[in-house]
Parts: sequence; C-alpha cells; structure tokens
Amino acid sequence: MQTTGAIQDTGKSPETGRLMTGAEMLLECLGREGVDCFFGYPGGVTLPFYDALYSHHIRHILVRHEENACFAAEGYARATGRVGVCCATSGPGATNLVTGLVDAMMDSIPIVAITGQVTSKLIGSDAFQEADTFGITRPATKHNFMVKNVHELPQIVHEAFYIAKTGRPGPVLVDIPKDVFQARGHYTPVDNIHLPGYRVFTEGHTGQIRRAAQLIWEAERPFVYAGGGIVAAGAAPELRELVEMADLPTVCTLMGLGALSSSHRNFISMPGMHGSYAANMGMTECDLLIALGTRFDDRVTGQLQQFARHARVIHVAIDPAEIGKNRTPDIPIVGDVKRVLQRMIKAMQELEAEFGAKKKDARRVWWDLVRGWMEEHPYDRSRDEKIIKPQHLMDEIDRLSNGQAIVTSDVGQHQMWAAQLIRFNEPRLWLNSGGLGAMGFGLPSAIGAQMARPDKLVFSICGDGGFQMSVPELATIASHALPIKIIVMNNGYLGMVRQWQTLFYNNRLSAVELDCFPDAEKLAGAYGFKGRTIDKPWELAAALEEAVKEPGPYLLNVKVSPDENVYPMVPAGGAIYEMVLGPPQPVAVA
Amino acid sequence: MLQTISILLENKPGALLRVTGVLSARGYNIESLTVAKTFDPELSRMTITVDVEDRLRAQVIKQMNKLVNVLQAVDLTDAPAVIREMVLLRVRCPQESRTAVLKEAEIFQARVVDSSVEGFAIEATGDPEKLDEFIDVMRSYGEIEVTRSGGVAMSLESKKLKLQPPVPAPAALQTT
Repeated sequence: MQTTGAIQDTGKSPETGRLMTGAEMLLECLGREGVDCFFGYPGGVTLPFYDALYSHHIRHILVRHEENACFAAEGYARATGRVGVCCATSGPGATNLVTGLVDAMMDSIPIVAITGQVTSKLIGSDAFQEADTFGITRPATKHNFMVKNVHELPQIVHEAFYIAKTGRPGPVLVDIPKDVFQARGHYTPVDNIHLPGYRVFTEGHTGQIRRAAQLIWEAERPFVYAGGGIVAAGAAPELRELVEMADLPTVCTLMGLGALSSSHRNFISMPGMHGSYAANMGMTECDLLIALGTRFDDRVTGQLQQFARHARVIHVAIDPAEIGKNRTPDIPIVGDVKRVLQRMIKAMQELEAEFGAKKKDARRVWWDLVRGWMEEHPYDRSRDEKIIKPQHLMDEIDRLSNGQAIVTSDVGQHQMWAAQLIRFNEPRLWLNSGGLGAMGFGLPSAIGAQMARPDKLVFSICGDGGFQMSVPELATIASHALPIKIIVMNNGYLGMVRQWQTLFYNNRLSAVELDCFPDAEKLAGAYGFKGRTIDKPWELAAALEEAVKEPGPYLLNVKVSPDENVYPMVPAGGAIYEMVLGPPQPVAVA
Repeated sequence: MLQTISILLENKPGALLRVTGVLSARGYNIESLTVAKTFDPELSRMTITVDVEDRLRAQVIKQMNKLVNVLQAVDLTDAPAVIREMVLLRVRCPQESRTAVLKEAEIFQARVVDSSVEGFAIEATGDPEKLDEFIDVMRSYGEIEVTRSGGVAMSLESKKLKLQPPVPAPAALQTT
C-alpha cells in the first residue's frame, strides 16, 4: 500500500492572512464561488452568519419554509447549471431541508446547503434545536461535512462546491456550529482542492468510443435515449450534431426534455410510463439503443426484461455505478457525455466515408416506421366545448411559450401533460422533480428560476394539491415582485392518485378529493397581486394572455375536467409496448 | 455466499457510516467488520464480510468507490487474498481435561493467555473456518465464552491506487 501524503492538515491556523470570523469567511468563500444570491431562513444558531450578511453584497432571499429554500436553490441551479445555495438553522431548519436534498440527489442537481449547528460544546447534549444533521443528511447528500473549527472552514466550503458541481452533480451539505461562525481566524485564500478518493471520469474509453461510432453507422434501427445528463453536461449542441449527422430518431426523458429541441425534426417525444406510443415502440423495436446521460429509470424502462429487447445498448454515463445497474450495456462508456460525444462525433466523421452513404436508405425504412407510429397515436390534444380539458390548458400554455418559456411543474397528472404537450426548444427550460416526485416543488422552484433568469417568462404549473403544499411562498413571490405566472390545473383531486384508484382500485376514491380550494382572486389579492379563476374553455386563451401581460405575479386557477386520465399509460410492472392508449371505449350491449 | 470487501478510506468522522450505509440502505446485514488506521495515520483499512445477492455485488462495490472518503474498495471474495481472524476464548474445564485442552490448543497453534483453576483463556488466529472448528472442539471440553475479531483481509495482488490529483480553488473575484 502506498501513502497518499495528500490529505491536508487543516487543523492548524496559518499565522498570516486577514483576521475574520467564520461567518465572514463563509461569505468570502461564497463570493469566490460566484454566488450572487441564495435562499434561506434564519434561526438561533445562524444569527452570527446573518449578522455578517447584513453588510454584505450577496443577496439573500427569505423564503417561508426551509424545504422551499432548497427547492428554490434547485430552481436556480436547474435554470442555470450553476450551484444553487440554501441555508437553514439547526434542528427543524435542517430537517426541513431533507426533502429538497434528496430531490437534488435523485435528479443530480448541484446544491450547497449551509446549516447551522448548536455550539460545539453542546453537540450531543440534546440542546435546544439540536438534531444530528450530519447523520440525518448523510444518505440524502452526495457528501456532507461538519466544520470542527474555523481554520478548516474555507477549505471545506470550496470542497463542497467542487463536489456539488463536478462529476455527477448533487447536493452537498456543510454543517457549521454557532461557535465556528463566531470564532476568529486568519483567512488565507484556498489554493487547492484535494480529494484523493473523489474520482471524476471525463474522457471515456477511446476504444469503446470508436466501437460505439461504428455501431451507430452499422445500425439499421438506431434510437437515441437522451437524459438529464445531457442537460447537466451542457452537451445539447453535441447531441444535436450527433443526431443530425447520423439522422437518428431521438427521445428525451422527463429530465432531458429540451436536450434536443422539441421542434427538431428528429425529436420524437418523451418515453416511459406516460411517454408517447412512438417513443416506446421505438425503444422496443430499435436494434441499437444509444443511451446518453441517463440511468434506465423504472419509469422509463417498464419491465426490464422486455425493454429494448432487440437492441444492443451503448450507455454513456459519468457515474460508473449507473453502468449495468439496470441494464447491462454492450458498449459501456464512463465519462462526461459532452466530452464523450465530441470524441464520438469525431470517430464517426472518420468512418462516415465508409458507412455513411449506404446507410441512408436503410434508415429511411426505419424512419417511415417511426413516423408511422407518431401519426398513428399522437398525444391526445382534444378539447371540449363545455369544460376545459387539461390537454387544452397545456396546449394554450405551449402556444404562449412557443418553446421558450421556463416551465416549472409540480408532481402528478399536470406534470405529465405538461411534459407531453409543451415544447422546450432549449435545455434548462423544463424544471420538475423527476426522480423523487416531490409535491410542492413547482412554486418554490419557480422562485429560484425567476431569480436566476429575470429576463425569462416563467410559468409555474401546479396541481391543486401541490400548490397548497407550498402556498406560503406566495409571500416570497409577492415580496420580490417576481412576475411568475402561477397556473393551477385544478381538477379537485390528487389527480394521479385518483387515476390509479380509478384504474387499479375499482374506482374506490380514498382520501383524494380536494373539496376546498381558496378563491384565487382573493388569495392573490391578499398578497397584493392579481388572480382569477376560470372554468370555461372559451375564457382560457384570453385569461392566459392576460396573465402573461401582467407585469407582476399572477395566479390563474383553471378548473379542468376532473375525471381525465393521463394516456398513454404503461401499467406499473408492464412492458413499455403494452401501453394503454386511452380510456376504455363503451361496449355496445347486444 | 459471503462477500469479503477490503476498503481503504480516509480516517475521518462519519467515513465508516458512509461505507456501512451503502449496505444498510439496501437491507444487508454485516457479518463482520474490522477497521483500523494504516501506517499512514490519515487512512484506515476496513474489511467487511457481508452476504450480498450475487447480482448486486458489483453495484455495492461501485457505490462504495463513489464515496468521497473512499480511496479504494475491492471485492476479495474470488480474488487471491489471505483472510485471517482472531478469537479469544475462555473455556471452563475440569482438572482431568486440562492437559487435553492444552494439547488441542497446541494443534490449532493457539496460545494460552490466562490460566486459572476454572480453566483457560486462549488466543487463536487463523482463517475463519479453522476457527469455527477450534471453537467446536473447545466446546466439547466445557462451557466456553468467545469473542471473535471478524476477518481481516489482504489482497495478494497489488492493485494500483488511482487518486484524484489536486485542482485549483476558484480565484478571488475581481472586486470593482
């Protein structure tokens, strides 16, 4: 065994450098990391930090619940790719962050969470507002730290940012006791970050990349399955180049929507449980599945044995643990998907003369099949004369967005309809809680997104359930006059749960009816902005336009048909080609 | 089948929990675990014996290698490796079987570390299966009490340690 000799001793105080408190050092480090705003909620043990913040230029957004601080930081991170920062006090403040941290973990979103901790001497004594934050958040984060003394604080903060944003991004928590915030130490800028055990794989295996390039040219029925990793890596231009060069049909997962523009001619749609017929049939019938920055989630694959059953699989992922986790690939490539795609495109260019020309015809047959599926069963966009259908609502939002607005969504039926029907012409426009499916995400994530992108039109689409989970954030929106367009798709139910009860539990609707919803006009009015409720199809287009024209926030409560189900639907555990395409048709009685 | 995993990790608070968390989060029960610092006091070497389903073995090792504090996790189950364990055993035996007990201890190359009128305290090392036999034999002489250390393993191949080199921290912001 060799020694690393590399782990730095951070326990000693340097004799030089400016004398500062821990709180001031933290702000200095946040500044160096380029943080311009963060989201938080103060408390007893973070008082010294908030005191230092009082005279500092970094902007702090006071949310109304710590969970929403983390969701807002996620919205900021998802909309920009930069690290989102949130802050909470010890005990309940820290425990309230946990859902947001797990959400960021599941969707690989770079977050740094700062939590206060009780004074070092009191740790372990069941002190007031004490919780074992370090222990509780260990499985909820990519990594976490507890700062033991002020001298190690700058090193740890920079390490936290480095871990959050590199490799497969994720949340990192730094727990700081009150006395560390208060202690004074000599601050010298951190030169190096050295984490010997933290390996980041970027380049990909040269031989495998060449083999992948050849397979793509050789395939008769290739199919691209692009995930959130494309967005995280900023690899959308490379994806587009690859797709155009070899004329590949492409699906983007729920996390990957916008990775290839929804308006691109090679874009099919989203695959999976509520994916389109064409996307799921393409996955099933292809002979080569090119999986890029994605993790073969169960909501995408359905029954694994039947998933892409005729296909050889190329899997590019930055996280080695994702390779072979659910599906063993024929060509595994561990690396940064942007870098790997650049090299793969180069390898394909070299082989183009040999393979490119004669493949064009074979591809035409495949494309005819795929286009046929698309025409055979497009998404349902039907409208009704008397009642607003959810699909109608999403269609109208799509018209106003025209592929350019940021749309944050909560979790449930509206999320699926929005993902199906709204176009996203770039990455980082569609923000939703994909892996964890955390209700309450829609509203606070819009706060983060609008703070990060003040130039953008931001729609926050919520169900009547999820909206009420984060309703206190209306105050944050009002206080910063964030011009977010909050669209509540109100069907009076926890719609997705209701859908499953209808389809799989004999329509025994247990605890899913939301029979009380506040008057939107009064509710928004109480916070000082405009709101309205509509329920007539002919009001919809004008009402949405009015909301968009309003310079401030707007709450539009849209009452939609309560019994609508999301289709297509792959029943849980089924193969993805066994889609239920629509509601059962009435059977004629003889 | 039991899996033997050898892990080189940073000697830091919480590092042990991160490693065992990979197993407990998947509902696996650890059979034995040993950990102590290496000759570089910043690092620890850990040996875990655990029963992991075959199809998840590689996944568990990958998840451990992903941990920031872990420098290397390797599966030694089917690799050339030595696995040794130590047992401390107290046996109460009547006067007439004392000589026999000593003879048995000698066969197992065990050492007597304490002797009293009731019996002996004996220290034995060896591979875990041999120690099972030793314990069985001793039990035939009388009441016993046993403390086992859990396996410590060492690979017989040197596997190159790949470490991440240092990267520069973000430069100071230009203040206007």
